[in-house]
Amino acid sequence: MSVHTLEIDGRMVTALEGETILAAAEDAGIFIPKLCAVEGLSAPGACRLCMVEIAGQNKLRAACLTRAAEGMVVRTETSALREQRKLLVELLLAEGNHVCSVCVVNGYCELQSLAAALDVDHVRFTPRYPARTIDLSHERFGLDHNRCILCTRCVRACDEIEGAHTLDVAGRGRTARIITDLAEPWGHSESCTGCGKCVRTCPTGALFLKNKPAAEMKKDSGFIRQIIAARREKIWI
Amino acid sequence: MIPASGNEDERLKALDAVMAGHHYSGHALIEVLHAAQKEWGYLTSGLMRHIARKLRLPPSRVLGVATFYHLFRFTSPAPHEAVVCMGTACYVQGAANLLDSARRACARNGWAVTTGRCVGSCGLAPVAVCDGAAMSRATPAALSAEMERKYDAANPGPRARG
Ligand code: SF4
Ligand code: SF4
Ligand code: FES
Repeated sequence: MSVHTLEIDGRMVTALEGETILAAAEDAGIFIPKLCAVEGLSAPGACRLCMVEIAGQNKLRAACLTRAAEGMVVRTETSALREQRKLLVELLLAEGNHVCSVCVVNGYCELQSLAAALDVDHVRFTPRYPARTIDLSHERFGLDHNRCILCTRCVRACDEIEGAHTLDVAGRGRTARIITDLAEPWGHSESCTGCGKCVRTCPTGALFLKNKPAAEMKKDSGFIRQIIAARREKIWI
Repeated sequence: MIPASGNEDERLKALDAVMAGHHYSGHALIEVLHAAQKEWGYLTSGLMRHIARKLRLPPSRVLGVATFYHLFRFTSPAPHEAVVCMGTACYVQGAANLLDSARRACARNGWAVTTGRCVGSCGLAPVAVCDGAAMSRATPAALSAEMERKYDAANPGPRARG
């Protein structure tokens, strides 16, 4: 397999043929903000937080979708990129109802930590305060649409890893929302196996374990990498 | 519009024929949803579950696709539909008054009143479309009279005024 050498933020980095800029950067310990990409799941390129500059190209590129190429010169951290990311995070915050102080993942939320890393101390937009619902019909899990950013990580984990495809996105624009089966209550879902992969993959407090009090739920989508290594390479630990 | 007549078995047969015509391929989902809406007038959970099974698609995908398009309905349509054009020309000619009176008339007799953006006949403004038939230079009185006439034609016999 051929290997490419490229420059990311002034550092020489190697990437395998077909590897994305995001994966190459992460292998080298360079952190590019992201909310929708998860190692081991397909990448929808939905959140646009991972946009980077590539020398010689006048368009910004999504690092999670763009393949690393020989000799590429990539910059992941410029003031323009930072401004754009701030804007995106502010839009996400204004779009839903994000009240961190009473959230199960307060302190462990990817949206919250990204906002902090980008110094988002206020939101320049009028919050929409949409009327959204919470589904507590499942025995062990809850789905709080107020905190959902529609990254579709849960949808992909459920479909691509568990194979149940219980979850999907219904509606469009401001009415878009995550559904279970035919938008029945989650607890009545025929296809859900109760595996919890969606909950662990969700970057926010939208999907949560019911028995956790505020600020006590840590998540880690790294388990997906483990499952894939076990399936493909027979590496379990 | 009112769904095509026929009993449940015949409708299901018609729908299955459409799916068979597409070799039960998941790629034909939108066409199949279309055919189902044509037969029943709107999409029910039962119908979507049936389609999901036959096309071998996850139910959440079927609903996800169906709700993406404005064209699909999930509740029984009203027996009659009036569209009031709110395009600039119609608006200037008093479409807002038309809409008002249509809404008042609809409370009495089973019409769904919606608005549209320019039906392309600005010279005839203001325009309203009642069950597919366009009315030019519509006045509030003429529009509500037309709505009542159509209602009476579809519901012969004494009628309760409410
Ligand atoms: S618990 Fe598992 S099967 Fe159920 S919705 Fe979540 S990922 Fe899908
Ligand atoms: S529930 Fe969580 S994982 Fe699923 S789309 Fe919403 S924020 Fe993303
Ligand atoms: S991580 Fe690349 S678009 Fe979301």
